Amino acid sequence: MADILDLSVLEAHEAKIAGDLSPREHVDAWFEAAGNDELNAYLWRNDRGAEAAAIEPKEDWNAPIAVKDIFTTEGVPTTAASRILEGYRPPYSSTAVQKLLEAGLPILGKTNMDEFAMGSSNENSAYGPVLNPWDRTRVPGGSSGGSAAAVAGGLAPWAIGTDTGGSIRQPAAFCGIVGLKPTYGSISRYGMIAFASSLDQCGPLTRTVSDAAMLLAMLQGRDPLDSTSVGIEGGVSLPDRENLAGLRFGVPAELARDAVDAGVREVFERTLEKIEALGGEVVEVSLPNAEHGISAYYVIAPAEASSNLARYDGVRYGMRAGGDGDLIEMYETTRSEGFGAEVKRRIMLGTYALSSGYYEAYYGQAQKVRTRIAEDFSGAFSAVDFVVTPTAPSVAFKLGEKTDDPLAMYLNDFFTVPMSLAGIPAISIPAGLAEPEGGGPQLPVGFQIAAPAFAEQKLLDAAFALEQGIGFDARPTAGGGADA
Amino acid sequence: MPELEAVIGLEIHVQLATETKMFCGCELSFGDEPNVHTCPICLAHPGVLPVPNEQAIRYALQIGLALECEIAPWSIFHRKNYFYPDSPKAYQISQYDIPICGAGKLGDIRIHRAHLEEDAAKTIHVGASGRIHGSDASLVDFNRGGTPLVEIVTEPDLRGAAEAAEWARLLRETVRQLGVSDVNMEEGSLRVDANVSVRPAGSSELGIKTELKNMNSFRFLQRGIEAELARQRELIESGGTVEQETLHFDPASGSLTSLRSKEEAHDYRYFPEPDLVPLAPTEEMLREAREALPELPAARIERYESELGLSRDVAQKLATDPRTAGYFENAVEAADGVEPRVLANWVTGELAAALRQAEVEGGAADSRVSPPALAALVRLVQEKKISHGSGKTVLAAMVTEGGDPVEIVEREGLAQMSDSGELESIVEKAMADNPDAVAKIREGNGKAIGAIVGAVMRETKGRADGGEVNRIIREKL
Repeated sequence: MADILDLSVLEAHEAKIAGDLSPREHVDAWFEAAGNDELNAYLWRNDRGAEAAAIEPKEDWNAPIAVKDIFTTEGVPTTAASRILEGYRPPYSSTAVQKLLEAGLPILGKTNMDEFAMGSSNENSAYGPVLNPWDRTRVPGGSSGGSAAAVAGGLAPWAIGTDTGGSIRQPAAFCGIVGLKPTYGSISRYGMIAFASSLDQCGPLTRTVSDAAMLLAMLQGRDPLDSTSVGIEGGVSLPDRENLAGLRFGVPAELARDAVDAGVREVFERTLEKIEALGGEVVEVSLPNAEHGISAYYVIAPAEASSNLARYDGVRYGMRAGGDGDLIEMYETTRSEGFGAEVKRRIMLGTYALSSGYYEAYYGQAQKVRTRIAEDFSGAFSAVDFVVTPTAPSVAFKLGEKTDDPLAMYLNDFFTVPMSLAGIPAISIPAGLAEPEGGGPQLPVGFQIAAPAFAEQKLLDAAFALEQGIGFDARPTAGGGADA
Repeated sequence: MPELEAVIGLEIHVQLATETKMFCGCELSFGDEPNVHTCPICLAHPGVLPVPNEQAIRYALQIGLALECEIAPWSIFHRKNYFYPDSPKAYQISQYDIPICGAGKLGDIRIHRAHLEEDAAKTIHVGASGRIHGSDASLVDFNRGGTPLVEIVTEPDLRGAAEAAEWARLLRETVRQLGVSDVNMEEGSLRVDANVSVRPAGSSELGIKTELKNMNSFRFLQRGIEAELARQRELIESGGTVEQETLHFDPASGSLTSLRSKEEAHDYRYFPEPDLVPLAPTEEMLREAREALPELPAARIERYESELGLSRDVAQKLATDPRTAGYFENAVEAADGVEPRVLANWVTGELAAALRQAEVEGGAADSRVSPPALAALVRLVQEKKISHGSGKTVLAAMVTEGGDPVEIVEREGLAQMSDSGELESIVEKAMADNPDAVAKIREGNGKAIGAIVGAVMRETKGRADGGEVNRIIREKL
């Protein structure tokens, strides 16, 4: 069985076509593997019983998938890793899940995450942190930490997650897999529990770029249930580019000069050399406003979150606490006990930023910065095909290392947030291993490539060529640590 | 102290009569069992998204065009955030700084704006008070939650309670004729709030206003405003100042109680709704909305005055209700020489009176008197074929049995007496029967002639021409 789990989804698909692997064998192997979750990657696992009846595909001929617990699944617990949704079983399934079912993908389970997708370490889950399969004393990144750890740790062949400011790309980088945040509007947000509506986007976490393309092809498309969805014109097909000849890669001067761990920087530099070796050209570009991305993001995202999370009031579903007093007392008790500290921090930040008298100074100003950053990217893309950065400033950090310092935690999103604000697609691919600051076993480093809006195909083609050129084939060992 | 002038603006919520709710596919309903017209979207389950109702947008455009509003090339939705069980998302999707309809007017009153939004769910407070404070429990019915609304806001152009109520009636009639709402105040498909203030007459500054809510009929609207104006005038005249607050009108007692003061006002933390894209009506939508507009009361009143020469008062009586207007216009079409002004007076005067007297329900359009028949009757009177009095007699018959006035005149023998010899002898007899009256006329008491004319009319059953009778009497004297 072990060799089945080593196959990427595309490889398994080819083996099925060749008659070397039966779909049933493939599905069973993964359901068995998912049962061995020592990473706390799953919040709910599918035993394929009556509970999951509404989320079974008609025929499970495709590779099974892990789904972040932020996507609603009819009749199946959906908590967004929050106490406040404990026991909640949605009456409907998200569009993304529906599309997976239509494509014949059985759902392995719902993956752990930072509560309401707020976090960069998966330590904000109400149901305990996820462990990084490379080193179980370290975080898998977040907020899609469960999905990333499941794919990297052999608990799922692929997964979907959501990315608001880096929540797919950063955990993909920390876990040594591929994570793609598509253009805002590519994939329906219907049934994706909202954190920051103008930024949230569904995307794949996979072992390979080809698998990411396959999953994106399934998920993308305009959805009449999501007014902001448009889909990707022309669809998405498997990437097959062999080199990077004629492509220009821009390294933003403003982002490159900032604090990046030495190991990460070294892998990044080496990857730039690889791009050149594959025929690509590396140039410097300017994104003068990108360094203000974090500041703008941490106004806009909490502002939207403060409104999006207001519906969790204990009246209609989920947890209810208090209520012996009056209505306000019930609201307050439910929300005080139901939300975790980080969620409450952001609700308060966002409520403040939208308050009368402060709106222009905070939300209004942040939106202006956002527009500037989008313009910066437009300008850059007139000179280059892609913008590249390290995905995160460091490799996976230790559990508990940054929990007391929210600002240090927020800075993890330094390289990923600008693309989210601009709404453009960006992919993180594993580029190598590096020793963490302070020593320890080597850990994966992600390389981020961003492209103009809806240029997913071009992005996947280039990422595929680079992936082949890099030839990253390290895997975490069973007990943690790299097996290169 | 100078006289205090009333300054009133209205905020009108119109529930649109679309098939489905504003942002989901649930059916609109009234009076159904609670919480049957709901779905994950209008119950604000995690992960749901709103999708705007195209029909509601079309209806809003029609209202905007009917109110001569500037239609925004694109407008946006905002979230209005507040915690209350009637708002399952804890925000209402509304429009804020860029509404779909900008400045306009209806009659003499300027419209500030009109925008699209969704209605809240209905809360029912169980217990003695019927209001949230002091209730034993509160129940929520989400059937209404998410119903499309257009909120129309006027400029503070109204100067009195009666004027406000009259204008609100015109607005209701206008919206009703668009066919976009049931405009039923009791059922809440039309809700009118009033912003009321007073100021020294002639001043151009605005006084401090209060907002009046819960006036669910035009009569209550007028009474509520009257009560509030009286309160404000008394307060200011006794040296006090008005405080900005929201007041609840109790129709039973006619009293106003404070719902919340300025200090308690909500901070709604408005921000652009990120789940929706800007609303940009296409040229085609605008054209279709324009083409769907019927002639509306204000325009019809104007046309009756300018083209048909009707007085403002009569024009208003005829033009406000489209069926009465249609009746009148059909009669004008069949007039054949009768002036519209004369016909209009018959419709609003003699016909209305005859219907009232016969206790016939409904207006002219529902009566048995067809418009061409009325025109024919008026023509008989105008051409002096029958007297005005006979005309009324014939009309009374037409109201109860319908039919052709010419036939009724013939059957009842009401044709004006054309044989002056016959009339002369009747007059002579009447004079002989009323010697006192004859004497009085001779003494110079002109009024006494009435007694003789009356006797002639009795004898001729009103068929005699009053002018002719007068002439013969004077001749005989």
